[in-house]
Amino acid sequence: MRKVMKNAAVQAFLASILCILLGLLIGYIVLLFINPKGAWESILNIIKNFFTWSRPSSQIKQLGNTMAKTMPLILCSLSILFAYKVGLFNIGAAGQYVAGSCACLYAALAWGWGWLPCMLFAVITAALLGAVSGFLKAYCNVNEVISGIMLNWISLYTANTILANVKETASPYTLYLNKENPGSMLPTAGLDGLFNGNTNVTIAVPIAIITAIVIWFILSKTKLGYELKATGNNKNAAKYAGMAQNRNIILTLVISGALAGLGASLLYQTGYMRWECTQSSVPSMGFNGIAAAFLGGLHPIGAIFSSFFIQHITDGGQYVNTNFYSSQISDVISSVIIYLCGFVLFIKLTMNKLITKSEEKKGAKQ
Amino acid sequence: MGTPHSSEYAIEMLHITKRFPGIIANDDITLQLRHGEIHALLGENGAGKSTLMSVLFGLYQAEEGTIKKDGKEVQINSPNDANELGIGMVHQHFKLVECFTVLDNIIMGVEPVGTMGFLQKKQAREKVIALSEKYGLQVDPDAKIEDITVGMQQRTEILKMLYRDNEILIFDEPTAVLTPQEIEELMQIMRNLVAEGKSILFISHKLAEIMAVADRCTVLRKGKYIGTVETKDTTMEELSAMMVGRNVNFHVEKKPATPGEVVLEVQHMTVASKVHNNNAVKDVSFKVRRGEIVCIAGIDGNGQSELVYGLTGLEPLAGGSILMDGKDITKASIRKRSVSGMSHIPEDRHKHGLVLDYSLEYNMILQTYFESKFTNRIGFLRRKNIREFSDRLIDQFDVRSGQGSITPARAMSGGNQQKAIIAREIDKQPEVLVAVQPTRGLDVGAIEYIHKQLVAQRDAGKAVLLISLELDEVMDVPDRILVMYEGEIVGELDPQKTTQEELGLYMAGAKRDEVKDE
Repeated sequence: MRKVMKNAAVQAFLASILCILLGLLIGYIVLLFINPKGAWESILNIIKNFFTWSRPSSQIKQLGNTMAKTMPLILCSLSILFAYKVGLFNIGAAGQYVAGSCACLYAALAWGWGWLPCMLFAVITAALLGAVSGFLKAYCNVNEVISGIMLNWISLYTANTILANVKETASPYTLYLNKENPGSMLPTAGLDGLFNGNTNVTIAVPIAIITAIVIWFILSKTKLGYELKATGNNKNAAKYAGMAQNRNIILTLVISGALAGLGASLLYQTGYMRWECTQSSVPSMGFNGIAAAFLGGLHPIGAIFSSFFIQHITDGGQYVNTNFYSSQISDVISSVIIYLCGFVLFIKLTMNKLITKSEEKKGAKQ
Repeated sequence: MGTPHSSEYAIEMLHITKRFPGIIANDDITLQLRHGEIHALLGENGAGKSTLMSVLFGLYQAEEGTIKKDGKEVQINSPNDANELGIGMVHQHFKLVECFTVLDNIIMGVEPVGTMGFLQKKQAREKVIALSEKYGLQVDPDAKIEDITVGMQQRTEILKMLYRDNEILIFDEPTAVLTPQEIEELMQIMRNLVAEGKSILFISHKLAEIMAVADRCTVLRKGKYIGTVETKDTTMEELSAMMVGRNVNFHVEKKPATPGEVVLEVQHMTVASKVHNNNAVKDVSFKVRRGEIVCIAGIDGNGQSELVYGLTGLEPLAGGSILMDGKDITKASIRKRSVSGMSHIPEDRHKHGLVLDYSLEYNMILQTYFESKFTNRIGFLRRKNIREFSDRLIDQFDVRSGQGSITPARAMSGGNQQKAIIAREIDKQPEVLVAVQPTRGLDVGAIEYIHKQLVAQRDAGKAVLLISLELDEVMDVPDRILVMYEGEIVGELDPQKTTQEELGLYMAGAKRDEVKDE
């Protein structure tokens, strides 16, 4: 039993499950405090998400919506975990995601580009923004968290300004992609058929999953991954081994940024969401990526499942009974759960401590 | 000294024994500090000085022995107890807050607080100024620590002890980072302090300073108490002999060296220090030939680490040049030096030598992972080759671990970690092998093994540069010894002809030659 418990993969899985349960429990307690009447029903609805709908055809269609928003989250969590493996905390992923959104939407609406050029443009723009943080870190020793937070705000307001050129006159939202430039929308490639005609489900799904696998390969099987992880684990040893530290820092943040940018493209180019040019907070997708990365045990494949779960909970929030709770409560509950998902490392550490302690006790008896 | 004391001694540590797993750090050690004296504690690295002081300071509890203050037995269970007994310490690495002022640092922890919780800095400032005048400790109370010299930082540390009314002052290697002028000032300050009735314990391995300032000197060697002598009745030679002992543990079997052409040539190398404003390596020149082991000897902190950093490219040079095989590599990258034939067994195997979270096999390729035998053309690692390579090295160098190639480096013993590094560095077939304290912290068996490997490299026609703090190793392994003191090479000795006593004198800065650069 102890041997199984000491296995890293088992630990990561158990820690994630524990976090989820803890998050749901605290969410439930919060609901109880506000209004005990609807608490149980509401927490059940959050967990059920699309199952709340009675007809299977509606359920599957709603699942499609959750899927559509899961894909960008997978990319954002890949962005975070990739940088994290190299010892960098790329909180700037949120801003890189914004830059990617701005790039693909503007290219699609103002220049009428096709979907692939739009996607590549988003990736490159976000990668460049990552490079800015990378340069600052490598050559000016500016902490990537600080520059990331600053750049998040810079990119938000830049995006608002630029996208105001392609917004509807009567609303703060950007124009509809399917009306202005259907060619810029991601092809569904028949996937919509699987989700009861939900055209929000596109080739974004295979792209995200393939990207996760590619990142897993890069990290575990290539020279680049070897170098980057060595740098993350022990930067002195990496220097001693003659690895180009500055280049690796920049390269890491470029790749991390590219992933976040791709994530933005995978959401906005489905046409499921439009950019609101008056928003004054950085979209939470990049930040949720942090929770998804940790909940997924910092493993690219784990990120696929954790991202789905987090999106599932977030979407489930809309089924909280509004007779008992104000509509914002759904955000509070899903935030509490997401927040606790970040505790995976802490729980793993505690688990290890407990195991070591019980081993010591056993050893002392012998 | 004024008030009469109830006992001759301010502090007595009687028959202290402190064991750690596998080692007796202090074996029945007695140290008696008189009122108003400067008492030196002398010993090599690992002699047990730090452990003894940690016992006195309450960081460790001794298994046997007693501590008395003014003749009364006391229990010291924490540094707070030590403080209450009036024991203060200036650590080798200062414990100051860089962005605070001198005054803030001095009052930290004992801030004078008024009724409303406001700081009452005025009184504190007056007390600090009075103290600094009384003992001749010149400081600017309002200067920030980061802006003042190392000497002034040290005076701040001393004022910290005085501000707390400490009577017993411990100085741990206080001169290591000071310039000669600052050392002279420090000694005057120490004399002033004892004249005012303080008692000082002065930890050092620099003989000249001990002779100049101390009244008595207690010598430790390998955890054992050797003796206490009056400095006026002794000589540096005698102290040196007491410190290093005469018996050599074991001898390295080797044939006479047959040096070939010069492989490594260092000319006027200067390296800046990261700790203080002086250069750590000052205008050092030397040559290493094929088929010889040259050892850089010296007491820790005399610029050896920085010399190696400069040599291997971890730090840039402030001046001078390095030639390997006649080619200038002064500005070459670490990777360039490595592939053109320099191997480096680093001083700190955890900091530089290994990625502890990597498996043993991944650590085995740390310097060569990019070569075509380990990485294919599109950048994938060739895991089969890596495994074979690692298994071969494990076999050849007898690296022991729980699960062979896939053992995490963290799970291996220190000796086997070091063997893995040595295997990796030697298997690279280097022209120059730079081995920095390769036997640090290892048991006798592993030490012997590593020495044999170094000699084998020499006999295979490689140039070996050994940097060592261990006198036995310095006397036994190399064919030539260069002694480094305060960043300079102060002597070149032939291990066949010299004695440990003579070596000790050079290392402690009591003797120096003009070393000619052939």
